[in-house]
Amino acid sequence: MKEITIDNVSIIVGFLLILIGIWGFLTQKNLLKMIISFTLFNSGLNIIIVAIGYIKDRTAPIIDSSVNKANAVNEIVDPVPHALVLTAIVIGLGVTALMLVFALKLSKHKNSLDISKYNDLKW
Amino acid sequence: MFKRLFIFVLLLGLGYIFFSLVENYQGKTELSGIGRYYAERGADELGSANLVTSVVVTYRGLDTLGEVSILFLTALIIGFVLSGKAAPEKHKFNPASEILTTASKMMIPIVFMFGVYVFINGHLSPGGGFQGGAIIASGVALLLLAQPDKKINHTLISFIESISGIGFVIVGILGILLAGGFLDNRIMELGTFGHILSAGSIPIIYIFVGLKVGSELTSILSNLQETQTQE
Repeated sequence: MKEITIDNVSIIVGFLLILIGIWGFLTQKNLLKMIISFTLFNSGLNIIIVAIGYIKDRTAPIIDSSVNKANAVNEIVDPVPHALVLTAIVIGLGVTALMLVFALKLSKHKNSLDISKYNDLKW
Repeated sequence: MFKRLFIFVLLLGLGYIFFSLVENYQGKTELSGIGRYYAERGADELGSANLVTSVVVTYRGLDTLGEVSILFLTALIIGFVLSGKAAPEKHKFNPASEILTTASKMMIPIVFMFGVYVFINGHLSPGGGFQGGAIIASGVALLLLAQPDKKINHTLISFIESISGIGFVIVGILGILLAGGFLDNRIMELGTFGHILSAGSIPIIYIFVGLKVGSELTSILSNLQETQTQE
């Protein structure tokens, strides 16, 4: 068992969030709780991607007074995962908004948020 | 019963996979491949102090255009799904509390100003178009909480949204004509490194992105609010 260090603490948290998210959308019956589980899964993935770009003792990829422009390669963390996660967060926001609106529409249709009542396509 | 067992076994298996991934994970000590290129050349090539911004807006600018389109599609689908039956009669909301209405009058201009600050300074500090747009939309959400009967002008919102979308694409095409390629930011002087008027067209693109994201999220919010009124 490896000890928890600053290198892997965010990765552990991210994987835990993913597991909670999967457990949530497999077991919960309430539509809103399922949507919350999806967003937890999403956040866990984002945390892991950012954590993979982390390099110990380095700072954010913004060149200002604390980073020497010529020596930036040895002073900043990886900017690519940050850019990827920026995209992923926005897409996640869009997906969550769509899920919430569908849940709203469904709840008006049958006046319930319980997923087991929606069995029209079940055989 | 069988279903629960299946879920339990699935989670256990995934947990084992994740555990072995964490167990064998070695923290990085060096930048890899493309990250090294951006760190070495990004600041000199594009003049943007925030390297993430230079990746998002210029090196991978096409992805950002796609991302903005996805957000636009989301707003469109939400508007489509929520549209429908006309409001039978006006539903009156209870007025918001004194504290909320008073505080919102003070807070909303500051929230809007902060959103604009975040997307104008996207190339110098953490932040950018998406974050600034989200902050502006949160100001609108506060406005709708404080005044539930407030109508948001859809014509204005869609006008801002289409103008900024077209502006984004036009700046991209100008990059083909005046500089290296689509969405190249060197269509104008790069300016002094680290000043607000620097990094070529990155601030312009981020202003467009910020306005577009802000108006898209606002239209989602106002669509949701109108279905509330139709109850």
